[in-house]
Amino acid sequence: MLNVQNVNAGYGKFQALFDVSLEVRAGEAVAVIGSNGAGKSTLMRVISGMIPATAGQISMEGASVLDAPAHTIVGMGIAHVPENRRLFPRMTVEENLRMGCFMPQFRDRFEERREFVYELFPKMMERRNQVAGTMSGGEQQMCAIGRALMSDPKILLMDEPSAGLAPVIVHQVFDLIERIRGEGLTVLIVEQNVKQVLRVVDRAYILESGSLHSEGSADELLQSEAIQKTFMGM
Amino acid sequence: MFVEFTEALFSVFFIETLINALLFGGVLALLSLGLNLIFGVIDVVWICYAEIIMLGMYSIFFLHVEGGVPFIFAAAGGVAVTALLGWLTHRLVIGYLLDAEPINQLLATGGLLFFFQGAAMVVFGIEFRNLGFSLGSLPVSEDIYLSWTRLLSFGIAAVVVVALYQFLSRSYLGAAIRAISQDREIMILMGVDTKKLYLLTSAIGGGLAGLAAVLLVLQYDVHPFIGLSFGPITFMVCVMGGLGNMVGGFLAAFVFSLLITVGGYFAELEWGYVMAFAFFIATMFFRPQGLFARKG
Repeated sequence: MLNVQNVNAGYGKFQALFDVSLEVRAGEAVAVIGSNGAGKSTLMRVISGMIPATAGQISMEGASVLDAPAHTIVGMGIAHVPENRRLFPRMTVEENLRMGCFMPQFRDRFEERREFVYELFPKMMERRNQVAGTMSGGEQQMCAIGRALMSDPKILLMDEPSAGLAPVIVHQVFDLIERIRGEGLTVLIVEQNVKQVLRVVDRAYILESGSLHSEGSADELLQSEAIQKTFMGM
Repeated sequence: MFVEFTEALFSVFFIETLINALLFGGVLALLSLGLNLIFGVIDVVWICYAEIIMLGMYSIFFLHVEGGVPFIFAAAGGVAVTALLGWLTHRLVIGYLLDAEPINQLLATGGLLFFFQGAAMVVFGIEFRNLGFSLGSLPVSEDIYLSWTRLLSFGIAAVVVVALYQFLSRSYLGAAIRAISQDREIMILMGVDTKKLYLLTSAIGGGLAGLAAVLLVLQYDVHPFIGLSFGPITFMVCVMGGLGNMVGGFLAAFVFSLLITVGGYFAELEWGYVMAFAFFIATMFFRPQGLFARKG
């Protein structure tokens, strides 16, 4: 479904990604794991058009993502839950959801999608008129995921959904991801929380200093000694 | 002295003064609306905002007086011209300076101020021009007369404020305009073309300048320097309300108009302005973020 081939990217003169290639097939949940500064967020940002790629190809169901104007990428079925949630803090939950439905082709389905999000996260229904910036981190994460789901995407990109949340809430966030998978969505997720993320995905790639080093099924990686040493402190 | 003061306080003229303050506040509110919208969304202060209003006044004057276009259509034409000027200001100048230092953005729009002023002087000359008609006044009682122009100004200001509020809170575009001021970078993820949205905001801000021009051209003569006579107060209203905060600007407009009008009632009109400006300076000491600035 999503195909990334030999992509280079960076910020100004600083190159953050080197020759990265990966694939996500329909229905799969794939994680990219790596330490802080490995380029995980950069990878997500390149795919959704927030920063340009300096080399390589990205395609979504055969159509080139890099050739499309950045703001039309969400229209290709790629929704991105950004790092640190990035809600519109002075807008209500419902207004944030509305922004997720901004593109003209999505607007007709606003009410239907909103119901879908409220069913998935009943808490958001309770909080629908609350200003987003005043909610707890976990609630904000639900809202951010909900906002991304408003466009009825084919693939959901999640950038460090557990970052900055209390351990109990982190657990809930991974439950949320399982629920989203249950809805049949394809998910690409980057995480530092390796142990927990490997429990909810099918496969994972390991990103180190901007390059993909290895990949494997989640079970394999959970058993791998090298992974345990590097990422789980065992 | 005290008797004089209490007499003045309870006279019908004081009531007239208060009503005038309210009406004048409406004009100030409309003046500050577009500037505040642009700052709130694009984070750039258009120093040349009052000069765009000036060019709007000229457009209306020429369409109506020289072109013989009925006033209402001339007014619409003026709004269209200023909307275009707003669009061009962003397209040709601000758009290239979005990531520049704020001081450079200020210098650029300050440069536009002199460009517009100089251009008006070259093209229109320095004569004072007026529409040559006045709407007269509405006698409320034997002693109290209210100027129709001010009533109309207040009415238009009220309608525009309500319409803008509805637009910003109800429509997708309005929501996007509020959203972009809170987080520009992620608008791409919402499928919003930020360049287009900035141009649209600039055109709306310009159009609001045009509406202010309609009200002002009914009351004042047009000349190339007229922007200087209400530009500063427009900025002060915006800053007092908390730059970019449209509700704050709206309230600040009435604080200012009250100070100016009531100050002018007890002393000379000029003293009213002195009081208002002194109040502004004092406010800046105690609440540099403005009276109604939002937290955070």
